[in-house]
Amino acid sequence: MSTFLFIVFPYVAIILAVGVGLYRYWTNRFSYSSVSSQLLENTKLFWGSVPWHYGITLILLAHVFAWLFPGLTGSILGFGPRLFAFEVAGLALALFAAVGIVILIARRLPTLSRARAVTSPMDWILLFVLLVQVLTGAAVALFDRWGSHWFLSAAAPWLWSLVSLRPDAATVAPLPPLIQFHFLLGFAVILLFPFTRLVHVVMLPIHYLWRPYQVVVWYRDPRRRLAPVPASQAAPAKSHFSSAELKE
Amino acid sequence: MNVRAQVSMVFHLDKCIGCHTCSLACKNLWTSRPGTEYMWWNNVETKPGTGYPTLYEDQEQYDGGWKLERGELKLRLNSRAGELLNLAFNPRLPSLDDYYEPWTYKYNDLIDAPQGDGQPVAAPVSLITGKEIDIEAGPNWDDDLSGSPVYAANDPNLKGLSEEERQMLFATERLVYFYLPRICNHCANPSCVAACPAGAIYKRGEDGIVLVSQEKCMGWRMCISGCPYKKVYFNWETGKSEKCILCYPRLETQQAPACMHSCVGRIRYLGLLLYDADRIEQTAKRPDHELVEAQRAMILDPFDPEVVARAHENGIDDGQIEAARKSPVFQYVKRWRLALPLHPEFRTLPMLFYVPPLLPVTGSMGDGVYDNSADFFSSLESARLPLRYMANLFTAGDEEQVAAVYRKLIAVRIFKRAQTVGDIPAERVAQTLEQARTTPEEIEEIYQLTSLAGFDERFVIPPFSREAAIELVQITQQRQEGGGMGFLHGPQRGL
Repeated sequence: MSTFLFIVFPYVAIILAVGVGLYRYWTNRFSYSSVSSQLLENTKLFWGSVPWHYGITLILLAHVFAWLFPGLTGSILGFGPRLFAFEVAGLALALFAAVGIVILIARRLPTLSRARAVTSPMDWILLFVLLVQVLTGAAVALFDRWGSHWFLSAAAPWLWSLVSLRPDAATVAPLPPLIQFHFLLGFAVILLFPFTRLVHVVMLPIHYLWRPYQVVVWYRDPRRRLAPVPASQAAPAKSHFSSAELKE
Repeated sequence: MNVRAQVSMVFHLDKCIGCHTCSLACKNLWTSRPGTEYMWWNNVETKPGTGYPTLYEDQEQYDGGWKLERGELKLRLNSRAGELLNLAFNPRLPSLDDYYEPWTYKYNDLIDAPQGDGQPVAAPVSLITGKEIDIEAGPNWDDDLSGSPVYAANDPNLKGLSEEERQMLFATERLVYFYLPRICNHCANPSCVAACPAGAIYKRGEDGIVLVSQEKCMGWRMCISGCPYKKVYFNWETGKSEKCILCYPRLETQQAPACMHSCVGRIRYLGLLLYDADRIEQTAKRPDHELVEAQRAMILDPFDPEVVARAHENGIDDGQIEAARKSPVFQYVKRWRLALPLHPEFRTLPMLFYVPPLLPVTGSMGDGVYDNSADFFSSLESARLPLRYMANLFTAGDEEQVAAVYRKLIAVRIFKRAQTVGDIPAERVAQTLEQARTTPEEIEEIYQLTSLAGFDERFVIPPFSREAAIELVQITQQRQEGGGMGFLHGPQRGL
């Protein structure tokens, strides 16, 4: 049973997430969007979207960091006040995100709300799964102390075993059901990724930080079919402002 | 010198009758789909008024366009990192209520209602929720000054007007308004492009048309805030931004854009401008009052052999240069200096220019007789709408530049009146021409293009040569095979 839950299911989820995600990107990139409803409902969104996105992003980063660098994480946290502070911060962020997603759900509920009109069945499934996931995460932090530590010896080796293609669920099989549920639901979120609006996560436009402000697209390269350009006419020095001369 | 071509426009506001034919031609063609009902890529605003969406010109509220900060040109909206931090919630996004909630009526109720004492009514229902709504705003809600205590009185362009002047504007028998048709300005320094985190908005190199790539758009909504003219709209159904495409499929087949083709008042002109792309940044950095002149200087003379040579180097062919020479926009903007950009202080270098309206004259009542013969062709002194207002719209507040335009427009009228009716003394005509710094030859040209020009003179559409452009990068046979066949899917909202 644990082989199926903790080895087969995660692989299926990851393969589908990558495979379907890429397929969707290549065949129907138009469907990649944050499908924002801010135009339709502006006020409640602030109290939902901001806590949710900031809370969940920081929590996820902590999970990923602990997974990638278990040894480093362990030595940073130790067993003293730093661990305690870290756990308190994590719990607070989880509740922060939970409040956010409850508001995000609530703003879509009223039948007269304009946000409801643009809510798909997949949105409801995703919202519900994410809410449960955040709440179980908070419950794990509360009832199964000290997660930041046992994560390093239980979850991290398991996740590494999946990545290195030598799957081994031995470290997670004996864990309490609540924790196991949290793990499985995590992979359920990954499974949902290509079938929902969650695809916007991988489209975070980091390159906006350094791209030129102006984007000019040429059907043909205006300089290509010319004789060599004299030095004085060569492409002007690129300031942060100059155009990206892209070719379609 | 880096010569680029730009399809640009002039709207002659004196001729606009506010019939909204342009808006409807555009809507029928492009924005009659779900999610786009509230979009008016072309709209006609009554001025004074707050425009569409309400108060869009107030950048204290919306932070659109550019600002100069320690000699650097920066987006007013936010820093780059700041924009990324605001992806989850964009604090400068207008809500649908700043536009209006689109609706239709339950027309069937008129037929299906059971017999009763009252007349059946067709209740309005929201096109978004499908539920009955109370209509609180709609397209052109403040048309012809309706609701002026709410709308016209709050026009941001009234700043700098004295309280007395403001009251005069709305006093009975002095009421004054004119129409301002607006489409996307296809700016030379577009702030929507600069604000897009996904890099989905781009300016076409060959003709300067600004487009949103529907594939790349991720619905981060920053373009809507970044554009100070609020001419990018969010499609709430597909989750993508859309904007005026200057009817490029029509232009590429040598047809005028739908709004221009359908214009009843023939106020619209379209033609090619050549401009120096190397000067975009320095032009946009000039002090407020120099912006109009600097933009004019950025526009190049297609008769100058040096410009032509450099244009050739950049792949601009003889057909386009010929079109630039015949361009009515070049005449109005560069040669005659009659057309001005809307709100140059936003520093986006808009490539749509307006000939400001000659202000209506003030009549007077004496002994029960209404008399407006004294100054029928209007003079700056008897203008009903203060020059200050026009200056706030078209020259970043510099009244002298607007006055110069008006002096020339008035000179045209006086000259033609003297010519056709002969009731104005020759010395007054000569004096007016001198004040306006114009010549009879120029006036005849202005008159010709303003009043008599036919379709082909108003719309000088350059050859787009898309087929030649395709040949450079693709085998045309493959291109033909690739278009129109295969498995295509419509623009459907993502799950």
